[in-house]
Amino acid sequence: MPVNFGASATDLVRFLPEIILTVMGTALMVLDPVLHKRASYAFGHLSIFALLAGIGGAVWAQTDPGTAFGGMLVVDGFATYFRVLVMVVGILSILPSYGFLARQQAETSEYHALLLFSIAGQCMMAAANDLIIVFIGLEISSISSYVLAGYLRDDKRSNEAALKYFLLGSFATAFFLYGVAITYGTVGTVNLTAIRAALTGADAPPVVFITLAAALMFVGLGFKVSAAPFQIWAPDVYQGAPTPVTAFLSAGPKAAAFAIFLRIFLTAFGPISSAWQPLVWMAALLSMTVGNFAALMQTNVKRMLAYSSIAHAGYVLVALTAQSDTGAAAAMFYLAAYAFMNIGAFAVVSQLSGRGERYQNIDDLAGLGRKQPMMAALLTIFLLSLIGVPLTGGFFGKFYIFKAALESHLVWLAVLGLLNSAVAAYYYLRILVMVYMHEPGEAAGQSEPLTPGFRLALILPALGTLFLGIFPTWVLDFAGKSATLVK
Amino acid sequence: MNLLTLVLIMPLVGFLASLTIPRRFPQNSRAWALAVSLATFAQSLILLSQFNRNAAGDQFTVDIPWISKPEIHFHMAADGISLWLVLLSTFLTPICVLISWKHVQDRVKEFFAFLLLLEFGLVGVFIAQDLFLFYVFWEISLVPMYFLIGIWGHSRRIYAAVKFFLYTMTGSVLMLAAIIFLYNRAGTFSYATILDMLASGKLTFAPGEQMLLFLAFFLAFAIKVPLFPLHTWLPDAHVEAPTAGSVMLASVMLKMGTFGILHYCLPMFPVAARQCAPWIAVLAIIGIIYGALVAMVQPNMKKLVAYSSVSHLGFVVLGIFSFTQMGLDGAVYQMLSHGITTGALFALVGFLYERRHSLEISGYGGVATEAPWLSTVFLIATLASLGLPLLNNFVGEFLVLQGTAITHFTWTVYAAIGVILSACYMLWMYQRVFYGVTAADVKHYMPDLGLREWAAIVPLVVMMVWMGVYSQSFLPPVSKTTARVLEQTHINVPERVELRQRPEVAHAR
Repeated sequence: MPVNFGASATDLVRFLPEIILTVMGTALMVLDPVLHKRASYAFGHLSIFALLAGIGGAVWAQTDPGTAFGGMLVVDGFATYFRVLVMVVGILSILPSYGFLARQQAETSEYHALLLFSIAGQCMMAAANDLIIVFIGLEISSISSYVLAGYLRDDKRSNEAALKYFLLGSFATAFFLYGVAITYGTVGTVNLTAIRAALTGADAPPVVFITLAAALMFVGLGFKVSAAPFQIWAPDVYQGAPTPVTAFLSAGPKAAAFAIFLRIFLTAFGPISSAWQPLVWMAALLSMTVGNFAALMQTNVKRMLAYSSIAHAGYVLVALTAQSDTGAAAAMFYLAAYAFMNIGAFAVVSQLSGRGERYQNIDDLAGLGRKQPMMAALLTIFLLSLIGVPLTGGFFGKFYIFKAALESHLVWLAVLGLLNSAVAAYYYLRILVMVYMHEPGEAAGQSEPLTPGFRLALILPALGTLFLGIFPTWVLDFAGKSATLVK
Repeated sequence: MNLLTLVLIMPLVGFLASLTIPRRFPQNSRAWALAVSLATFAQSLILLSQFNRNAAGDQFTVDIPWISKPEIHFHMAADGISLWLVLLSTFLTPICVLISWKHVQDRVKEFFAFLLLLEFGLVGVFIAQDLFLFYVFWEISLVPMYFLIGIWGHSRRIYAAVKFFLYTMTGSVLMLAAIIFLYNRAGTFSYATILDMLASGKLTFAPGEQMLLFLAFFLAFAIKVPLFPLHTWLPDAHVEAPTAGSVMLASVMLKMGTFGILHYCLPMFPVAARQCAPWIAVLAIIGIIYGALVAMVQPNMKKLVAYSSVSHLGFVVLGIFSFTQMGLDGAVYQMLSHGITTGALFALVGFLYERRHSLEISGYGGVATEAPWLSTVFLIATLASLGLPLLNNFVGEFLVLQGTAITHFTWTVYAAIGVILSACYMLWMYQRVFYGVTAADVKHYMPDLGLREWAAIVPLVVMMVWMGVYSQSFLPPVSKTTARVLEQTHINVPERVELRQRPEVAHAR
C-alpha cells in the first residue's frame, strides 16, 4: 500500500490531541527556567489547559471520523471515547498533584511534561489502527510512566518502583513486539483491519502461528493492564510511586491498554477468537481471584488498592471474554467508572498520607469520619462504588459486564465473578470500618490544608461516580454505538 | 405526583436535607427526622385510605423510564401485601426516632440521616415492580443498616456489621446473576411483563434452569429471613445494633426476605418452589424449634428476642410453603405481627438498657415494683409474642398452622411445639427480669416510662390489640393478593405435582 507521507489537513486534525499534548509538554520544559521558583503552580495550570484543549481537539476530530496517515490511525467513536477518558484521567491526576508536589517540595516542569507525554502516548494507543502505532504509543506512554513512578528520587520505594516497573515493563513490551513480528511474518501486514481480512480470507494462514502471535501480545498487554498472572509488578509499583502518579497509573495507562486490547483482539484477531478465548477467561478468573484474595491481607492502603485494581482488570477481562458488542461497551463503561472511583480513592489517600507519605496504613484512617467528615463521606462514595453498591458507577459497570457475560452464556464465569465481588466487599469494608467505627488516631488529626485544586480533585470524581450510577445511559449509549465499530 | 412515589421520595428528600443541618445543632437533626418520618407516615395513611381494598391487582402504579439500555423503568406499585409492609416501615420509623432521641448522643446528625435513608430503601424494596430496581433498593437498604450497627452499636459492633453486610451481599450477588439471566431470556426487567410471559407460555424454563434460578433468588431471601442454617448473622447483628437498628432490622428488614419469597420466588418459579417445599419446610420447622430452644438458654435479653425472631420467621416460611390460602394469609399476617411485637420488645429492652446499661437478664429482677407501667407494657408485648389469643401474633400463627394442617398435618404438629416453647422462654425471661427480689441496681435507678417513651410504645400496643381483635381490618387486601399469588403458582405446574395434592387443598383455596 503506498503511503503518502505529506500529511493532509484532515490527517492533522485527526491527530490533533496528540499534537497539542506533545507541543505543550515540550513547551513546559522550555518554560521551566522562566516559571520555576516564581510560579511553579503555572505548570499545573498549563497542563490542565493543554488537556482541555486536547479534549476539544478529540471532540473536533470526532466530527469528521475516519482514518488518518494512510490507515495507521483511526478516529472513531471508540478512539474518541478513550482519548477523552485518558485526558480526563490526566486532569484528575494533576488536580491533586498541586498540593502533593508542594508538600514533597518537588514542583518541577518535567513532572507535568512527562504526564502529558504519557497521555499523548495513550491517546495514540486509543486511536491506533496499526500494530506499529500501537507499539509507539505503548512505548511513549510506558517510558514516561516509568520515570513518573520514580519521580520522588530521594525516596527508596519510589526508586524501587521505577526500576521494577521499567525492567518488567520492558520484558512485556518485548513480548508484545515478538507478537507483532510473528503477525507480520504470518499475514504480511500490521494494519489491524487488514489482519482481520487476511484471517477471514480463503487463503488464511495457519492458525498456529497467529495464535502464538496473539498469545505473545496477550502477555504484553496483560502486563500493561496488570492482569494475573502478569500482575507481580503492580503492588510494588503502586505502593512506591507518588500517590497522584499511582492514581494516574491505575487508571490512564490501564484504560488505554484495554482500549488497544479490545481493538487488537476483537478487530484483528476476531476471526480466531476460539483460540484465544480460553486464555482470556482464565486470566480473568485468575485476576479476580488473586487480586481479591491478596487484597484481603494487605495493611497498606495503596497496596490494597493495587490488588483491587488487579481484580478490577479481571472484571474487564470478563467483558472481553464475552466477545460481543455489549461486552466491549461494558468494558468501556467500566473503565470510565473505574477511573473515577479509583482516582478519587487515591486522591483521598494522597491527601491523608501527609508529608513524606507517612500515613498509608489502613490503621491511619481510624476516626477519619469524626475528624474530617467531608473527606470521609467522599471516600465512602468511592469505596461503595468499588464494592459495586447501586447508584454508583461501579455498580453499573459490574452489572453491564456480567450481563454481557451471561448473554454470551458464560454463566459460571459470571457467577464466580459476582461471588468474587462479594469477597472484595470485605476489604473495602475494612477501610470503612476504620474510617467510621474506630476512634481517631494520630494520623486523622493531622490535616494538610485543602487546596482548591484538591477539592476539585475529590469532588469531580465523586460527581462522576454518582452521575454514572444514576444516569448511566448517556455514557453507555455512546459506548454501545462505538463498540460496534471494533470489529 | 403519585401518592406512592411521594411516600418513597419523602424520606430521601428528608435524608438529603438533613445532611445540611449543622453538626452543632443535634436537636434540629432529631426534630427534622421526626417531622419527616411523621409526615411520611401521614402520607402513607392517605395512601391506605385511597387503596381499593376490593381489587387484587397493583395500585398506584408509576412507570417512568429510567435507563434506556437495558430498559430499566422506575416502576412502582403497591398490592395488598406490599401496602401493609410500606405502612409497617413508615409506622416504625417515627417510633425509632423517638426511642433514639436520648439514646443516641454521638454523631446525632448522621444517625438520623441514616435512619431516613433506611426508610427510603425499605419502602423501595416493597414497591419496586422492576427486578433491577428491586435489586437497587435491596442493596441500598444494606448500607445505612451497616453503618447503624457499625457506628452506634455495642462492643462487638464491627464484627456484627461486617458479618451482616457480607452475608447479605453474598446472597444478593447470586440473585443479581439470576436477575440478569432472566433479563437475557425475557428481554425485560418488568416483573408484571415477566409474569405475563410466563402465564402465556412465551417464557419457559427448563426444569434444571428453573431450579437454579429459584435457588439463586431463594438463597438471597433465605439469608435475609433468616432461615436455619443461614441465621447466624442475625443474633450478632441484633445484639450489637443500637435499639432503633434492632427494631428496624427485626421488624422490617427480615420481612424483605419473606416478602421476596412470596412475591418473587413463588410466582416466577412455581415448579421449583413446589419441589423444594418439603425441604424448605423442614428447615423452617428446625428453625422454629431450634430458635426457641436457643432463645430459652440466652442470658442476654436482646439475643433472646433475636432467636425468638428466628423461630417466628420460621412460621412465616412454613406458611408460605404450605401453598394454601390460609397458610399464605397467615404468613403475611405473621410478618406484620412480628414487626409490631418484636419491634415493641426491642424498644422495651432498649428502655431497660437506657436505665441500667445492661442487657443481661441476671442484672435485673423486681423491675415491676419500681416501674409498674413499663412492666405492664412489657407484659403485653411478651404475651403478644407468645401468641396469646386476642393479641396479634395469635392470628398469624393460627392461620399458618391451620394452613399447613390442610396439606401436611405432621408439619403442624412439629411447628406447634414452637408455640409452646415460645411461652416458656418469654415468660421465663419476664419472670426473671420483672419479678423476684429487686436487684440493688434496679432499686437505685429505674424510673417508669417517660412521656417520650409512652409516645413511642402506645401506638405499638394499640396495634397489637387491634390486630389481635379485629383482623378484618387488615386481612381482606392480603387475601386478595395471596389468592393471586397462589393462582400464579399453578401456572406451568406439571400434572404430577397437581395430582399429588389432596382434594382439601382445592377446597381450602
